[in-house]
Amino acid sequence: MSAAKAARQTTGAYAIELHNVNVFYGEKLAVKDVSLNIQRQKITAFIGPSGCGKSTVLRSINRMNDLIGGARVTGEVVYNGENLYASNIDAVEVRRRIGMVFQKANPFPKSIYDNVAYGPRLLGVRGKKQLDEIVERSLKGSFLWDEVKNDLKKSGLALSGGQQQRLCIARTIAIEPDTILMDEPCSALDPIATQAIEELMRELVKKYTIVIVTHNMQQAQRVADMTAFFSIRKEALEGGKDRRWGVLVEYAHTPQIFESPQFEETERYIGGEFG
Amino acid sequence: MAVNTISSETQEYLRDEDAFKRNLRSRHFRGRLWRRFFQLALVAAFLALIALFFNILNSALGYVVEDYAINPITLAANGDLGALPEEELVMILVENRANRLPVYVRDYLYAGDPAVFTTLPLSALLSNTVLPAGTADLTIRELSVEQQAELLLNNIGQPQLIAIVEEQVIEPTILQTWSLTASLFERDQIEAEFQENYAAQGATLFFKSWINLDFLTSPMSSNPAAAGARTAILGTLYVVIVTIFIAFPIGVGAAIYLEEYTSGSQNSRTARINRLIETNIRNLAGVPSIIYGLLGLAIFVRALSPVTGGRTIISAALTMALLILPVIIINAQEAIRAVPSSLREASYGLGATRWQTIYKVVLPSALPGILTGTILGMSRAIGETAPLIIIGASTFILFDPTGLQSKFTVLPILIYNWTSRPQDEYRVAAAAGIIVLLILLLILNATAIILRQRARRSLTA
Repeated sequence: MSAAKAARQTTGAYAIELHNVNVFYGEKLAVKDVSLNIQRQKITAFIGPSGCGKSTVLRSINRMNDLIGGARVTGEVVYNGENLYASNIDAVEVRRRIGMVFQKANPFPKSIYDNVAYGPRLLGVRGKKQLDEIVERSLKGSFLWDEVKNDLKKSGLALSGGQQQRLCIARTIAIEPDTILMDEPCSALDPIATQAIEELMRELVKKYTIVIVTHNMQQAQRVADMTAFFSIRKEALEGGKDRRWGVLVEYAHTPQIFESPQFEETERYIGGEFG
Repeated sequence: MAVNTISSETQEYLRDEDAFKRNLRSRHFRGRLWRRFFQLALVAAFLALIALFFNILNSALGYVVEDYAINPITLAANGDLGALPEEELVMILVENRANRLPVYVRDYLYAGDPAVFTTLPLSALLSNTVLPAGTADLTIRELSVEQQAELLLNNIGQPQLIAIVEEQVIEPTILQTWSLTASLFERDQIEAEFQENYAAQGATLFFKSWINLDFLTSPMSSNPAAAGARTAILGTLYVVIVTIFIAFPIGVGAAIYLEEYTSGSQNSRTARINRLIETNIRNLAGVPSIIYGLLGLAIFVRALSPVTGGRTIISAALTMALLILPVIIINAQEAIRAVPSSLREASYGLGATRWQTIYKVVLPSALPGILTGTILGMSRAIGETAPLIIIGASTFILFDPTGLQSKFTVLPILIYNWTSRPQDEYRVAAAAGIIVLLILLLILNATAIILRQRARRSLTA
């Protein structure tokens, strides 16, 4: 990405724009025609029933879908004025700018220190002093520092579930991305750990753009500035089978989605009638 | 709902307490029966192992009757040759085997072509040797016995002189052996038999452990009493280590490529080729080892003989590497596949390239499993005999292997060779060889297991 172009675009209102994004797995259409603009330094939540493709859309933003054999994305994901799926874009660079936190905390089987230093080391940071600084700043940034500062040599796997997830967040912010994608980051956590992560998100959003996929509508309500509701469309095929794909139904400010949704489908989902 | 539609018959059954209790008893009984079966399976395996060890140890230890051409007691106090200075050892040789002195010079000091040994002057034959004064231009035959003795004395160390004296002068021969059980429980009978048959000719009866330092450090010999396993131990170590150095990087590399670069590909052609290759690798793991021997003979020994030097360590190691490659590839593949994909995603998500992900995340996590496969491969390489017989490992060799292109023998071949000799004593020596082989296997495996544990600990600690 050219520096001039990036500089021009960082002042724009939108961190990421999705234009008519379709995602295919092999021949199968998984998500159809999603267009939405993600605002800078805001939390955007993706909600919707299982199988509606919200995670798929999330993973298409930092090209994680590339890792799945046969996955294909059409349409445009525009970031800093450039289509991330253009042929001259390196997925490695995309992921370095747009970090990701996963559903299940997945620290490496390495020490806490090495977990956080992993990203900076990939980028070629070698100095001990520099790494120490990055590790401390990142762990402080994810509210984990006070709990682990005395045993940074301990395995990341020895931490509790909530701590592991915060370690993963620290690991992500250690390489200073500007957007963080979170794929149901609290779904495996107890309410107290969930609360800690949500507080952390409110803190992180002062500096980062955050996109979160969640099954928990209260969570979306609590933390998100914007909410996108995805749903499933189906088409009957011969032999009693059907073909299903996900679509974006409605995208608006969170209070509007939850209090005065425009579509009946959204209202029914929020009212707990399906999902 | 479905519950309401259950037939009354079925509901009856669910409520029948007696039937449930009877049924529960039989369920527990079946469980106990299986448990007993598993227990017996373990006992059977354990008994088989005990029988194996007993059988080997039974032959490797026991009473022997040994006779000498010349009793060592007449040469040194208590028969301890180690107490004699070099001069006396040479004197013993001069007194007893004066006409063989040139042969010892040839065997221990000369490394060239034996055909010209007697015709060229000493200065041309023996380069790094201290020659007696005025003998440089003479051939070995022209030296007096005293000069030959001086040549030996100046250039051969005491341990080698002792070995020559033992083998050439004392000439121990084993007249009879008894097994360990016989030695322990039928001592009187052995004693009586000895007195009746052998005592008159001055032979001695003693308890001999065939595994001893001499056995480990002596080369092979045509005399079973003096035969050792040194050349075979060194040969085995050489071949196995070179094999691992060849097979490990190739096997792991192939596994990485199959798992990390081509698997999961939706491209149907790549996927099909991948499947074809994997199926073939799995089949190769079951190909009889003798076929690998034929392959090694054709390729490494014959076609590539300018590079490998023919029937050499490197040819054997390459053949063995081919043989254990499938084992290493399959196990490495399983180990790599078992690395959770969440770890790969985490790495990619932080902006790692594919190679960084493989090197920093996948390989460290897969290493214990990869090493397990390597241990299996190594064990197989140590024990294999057939392919090495085919490619022509030496069955009788007096020299230690010195490099990749030297001729060699290995323990399984030594054991096979000894067991097929007519003399009883060789069969006993073979038992000792088996023990050495097992211990070597244990040591090499233990090394690999320690490495594996270290790799595993670094993942959890």
